[in-house]
Amino acid sequence: MNLTLKIWRQDGPEDRGRMVTYQVEDVSPDMSFLEMLDVLNERLTLAGEEPVAFDHDCREGICGMCGMVINGVAHGEQRATTTCQLHMRHFKDGDTVTIEPWRAAPFPVIKDLVVDRSAFDRIIQAGGFISVPAGSAPDAHSIPVPKNAADAAFDAATCIGCGACVAACPNGSASLFTAAKITHLGLLPQGQPERASRAKAMVEQMDAEGFGGCTNTGECTAVCPKGIPLDAIAQMNADYLKASPTS
Amino acid sequence: MSGILRRAGEWRVGAPIADTKAPAGPIEERWDTRRFEAKLVNPANKRKLNVIVVGTGLAGGSAAATLGELGYNVKSFCYQDSPRRAHSIAAQGGINAAKNYRGDGDSVFRLFYDTVKGGDFRSRESNVYRLAQVSVNIIDQAVAQGVPFAREYGGLLDTRSFGGAQVSRTFYARGQTGQQLLLGAYQALERQVAAGTVEMHTRHEMLELIVSGGRARGVVVRDMVTGEIETHLADAVVLATGGYGNVFYLSTNAKGCNTTAIWRAHRRGAYFGNPCYTQIHPTCIPVSGDYQSKLTLMSESLRNDGRVWVPLRKGDDRPPAQIPEDERDYYLERIYPSFGNLVPRDIASRAAKNVCDEGRGVGPGGLGVYLDFADAIARLGREAVEKKYGNLFEMYERITGENPYEVPMRIYPAVHYTMGGLWVDYDLQSTIPGLFVIGEANFSDHGANRLGASALMQGLADGYFVLPTTIGDYLAGATAFDQVDQDAVDEAVDRVKEKISRLLAVNGTRTADSFHRELGRLMWDHCGMERTEESLRKALERIPELREEFWNNVKVPGDSEGLNQALERAGRVADFFELAELMCVDALHRSESCGGHFRAESQDADGEALRDDDNFAYVAAWEWTPDGPVLHKEELDYEYVKMTQRSYK
Amino acid sequence: MAVTGAVLVLFLIGHMLGNLKIFLGADSFNGYAEWLRTAGEPALPGRTMLTITEIVLVVAVVLHMWSAVSLARRAARARPVKYAARRRSQASGYATHVMRYGGIVIALFVVWHLLDMTLGVVNPEGHAATPYDRMVAGFAPSRWWVTAFYVIALVMVGLHLRHGVWSAFQTLGLARGRSHRPLRALAGVVALVLVVGFLAAPVAVMIGVIK
Repeated sequence: MNLTLKIWRQDGPEDRGRMVTYQVEDVSPDMSFLEMLDVLNERLTLAGEEPVAFDHDCREGICGMCGMVINGVAHGEQRATTTCQLHMRHFKDGDTVTIEPWRAAPFPVIKDLVVDRSAFDRIIQAGGFISVPAGSAPDAHSIPVPKNAADAAFDAATCIGCGACVAACPNGSASLFTAAKITHLGLLPQGQPERASRAKAMVEQMDAEGFGGCTNTGECTAVCPKGIPLDAIAQMNADYLKASPTS
Repeated sequence: MSGILRRAGEWRVGAPIADTKAPAGPIEERWDTRRFEAKLVNPANKRKLNVIVVGTGLAGGSAAATLGELGYNVKSFCYQDSPRRAHSIAAQGGINAAKNYRGDGDSVFRLFYDTVKGGDFRSRESNVYRLAQVSVNIIDQAVAQGVPFAREYGGLLDTRSFGGAQVSRTFYARGQTGQQLLLGAYQALERQVAAGTVEMHTRHEMLELIVSGGRARGVVVRDMVTGEIETHLADAVVLATGGYGNVFYLSTNAKGCNTTAIWRAHRRGAYFGNPCYTQIHPTCIPVSGDYQSKLTLMSESLRNDGRVWVPLRKGDDRPPAQIPEDERDYYLERIYPSFGNLVPRDIASRAAKNVCDEGRGVGPGGLGVYLDFADAIARLGREAVEKKYGNLFEMYERITGENPYEVPMRIYPAVHYTMGGLWVDYDLQSTIPGLFVIGEANFSDHGANRLGASALMQGLADGYFVLPTTIGDYLAGATAFDQVDQDAVDEAVDRVKEKISRLLAVNGTRTADSFHRELGRLMWDHCGMERTEESLRKALERIPELREEFWNNVKVPGDSEGLNQALERAGRVADFFELAELMCVDALHRSESCGGHFRAESQDADGEALRDDDNFAYVAAWEWTPDGPVLHKEELDYEYVKMTQRSYK
Repeated sequence: MAVTGAVLVLFLIGHMLGNLKIFLGADSFNGYAEWLRTAGEPALPGRTMLTITEIVLVVAVVLHMWSAVSLARRAARARPVKYAARRRSQASGYATHVMRYGGIVIALFVVWHLLDMTLGVVNPEGHAATPYDRMVAGFAPSRWWVTAFYVIALVMVGLHLRHGVWSAFQTLGLARGRSHRPLRALAGVVALVLVVGFLAAPVAVMIGVIK
């Protein structure tokens, strides 16, 4: 199939950037979206043009490195799918596809479709951990965890930190990302001692990074490749509210 | 830069490796002995000692976090935009540990035994025993960190059994064990970043090792965002940069996985151990076209219920449903009646290759075999199959567009893991003092074949428990280290800059990717699942030619300033070319078959791998010299496990 | 947002119950309106309770709007560069529009509503008439367009509440785990009851059930 691509091109953080139109021919339906871009880049390179920069690594939907807004939807319209796992069979011959980077002030564009997501690391630094130096842990069976708590914690823990939630949120909020970690650790017995301080510190860091506020639109969970549920945000709010008066 | 060999495929034999630094005495006491004998660093002095850790996967992430906790001044580097993205994250199955929570007869000794046997008797006993000992601490550590392992209704940890073991010792977190363990290490690492003990450098790629006064004293890195070449100095350098499976271009590795860090260290004097040991995983989604950029693994567990078959007749291109039962060849069940579809990875892989070579492969290009669930669905019902494998079936459908409940899956083997890597002693120190190598990057504890669920165990054992102890012993002497020689630093920087400007100056007509694809195909065909003297000699002839062409005809657009992904790739491909040659030399010299290394000349009457313990019971540690590779042998003594021939008939 | 919203929802419930007194006849309705002004007397001076309520309401409305504006401004700051492709909602879709633009519509409606029913400025009967008469006159069949406007505005209020009430449960951290689904349903019920309750009187007047 043949496609028209409208891709955001931006030389560097200071460049204003613009949409550029490209034609790609002979796209196989079995290609992944990124392989389609590989083909475009191969052609651009040989033609002496700069290839399109985009982040990607594992290409199996788990590292969270890839991510672009495809036709206005983070990771494209296939549900529960990262960009690398999106295949071209979901497009039709003659389609025009618009490709843009994640848009959020705390995710500045580095080049083309590549953005800086280090704000997420800083949110984790603020408290997204359980303090347990190597070698100090008790026997694993000394802390039984009810299966339902373990399963719910796992559901939140599957977050891959790709940033689609922020990209899709009309408010540019990072609540789902932050809430996923607060929920994962807060539901486990091991996470209790730091539960309140963790929620408070992480939420405050999230706000300090310049993300927008949550208005519970649910756009985040709809595009989340791992389907992190929205009630994680309620859990975050509960822990945060509980923490606020005590500290 | 080019031409690691004067004459293709030749090598010399150097002095054997005399001492691996493993303590003497009973095997179960060796690690305790080493820990007791290791010199300690005064806590006040740790703050003044700098350690560089390159790579943030399970090994690098856990090591940097733990060294930070101990009070060292750590600098951590990764090429991804966040340490959480290292490729350990993609490991699916689980992590082994000799906890014996099931009471099914597991023990440290049994895990040790299974690992040595699984590795086809090509690993070092002392190291493997320590790995088995430490495995139990890893589970404790991970649980305390909040890793959500699968649990039973009673709230205790669940385990499952995995290939190569008869006990249930594999802990898992659904199909995302690697992700959960890595996030645990990542969180511990970020905690140290917040505490100020670890300085994190993301989007930085190590391009050269700085060796001064005979010691590893720093690294040259490129800031991938600004393009700036930076030097970072330290008292010790730890490489945790993973495996080199991407030399084959197509593999289950992440696109960015590369050999540059360990290859540069090899060029500076670190020996490379067993480069030819490659693990090929039998159940991956086959290649669908020339544009294919990577291969995706489907969990090995599928072989529990799926039946592997190909058409009996060559070139039979009817849809699978129209091929009647008596025109199908369930070849694994036919050749290995007692293990059937559950033979180990290397055997299943080679059998698939053989039937495809006979022209009976299915799917595009004839490179695939069916993995059929029709019988399982008929026997257990679709619902039960869905419960067991639903997420895997979904992933398969997402990638191929075919519904495996109705059409049999197509699978084909793919490069998955490299057992080879930089040679290290018992302390995980390479032949360059002060250069430590951990995780998949070292030649590891897996011998010639790694068992499932053992990679995560080794990475975390190295990072959380082994390295933090052994590196202290080295750093205790750091006060006596000389000042870093500025000439050594300048030289390293110059080498990096020269390579970059050379790559940019060629301005030829082929992209680095197209060279990488061709190299990968060459390696797959000639140094892949089955190797012969002839195929390896052919590869050794062709690789230098292709490398020559690369340096004369590669096209790298853009400049060295700012983000330039094409430049990053070209630099990695250049190093893969050099490594590929060493892999072929190693595969050529090891004329026996063992584990993942199958030499067609060395097989028994039934076509199974035949080891040659009299001549090859050693680790091949290769030294780089301008005149070609020099082989140093580390003899392997088996005091505790008796060497036997594997059989799965 | 959630706390001020909750105050307003409580007010709406009271307001709706009061409105429904119109079905008990003119005396009941007018008496209720009178009680609003005299409640607490003689212990308290006239209109004390009403004035306190009015102040609380005004403060709640102002804070509610202020929160909304600051959230919108934060959102604008968080995304200085907009997407070129039209953003297609992947969730329920209406939430942001209903909350932001719907909020403005509701604010305008409230202004009209106060002019109409409280101050009587735009009411045919004027301020001097009894509340019952103002209500009946305001929604007279001939003024169908006023009723139509009320219906539209109240549907908007309903949508605003459906998201708003549930959103408040989220923000206050209540809608988690097992209570997530029931609370989401409860928000829908609250919105529906209020819309139906508020529409009952005007519709009854318009179709002549109440004269």
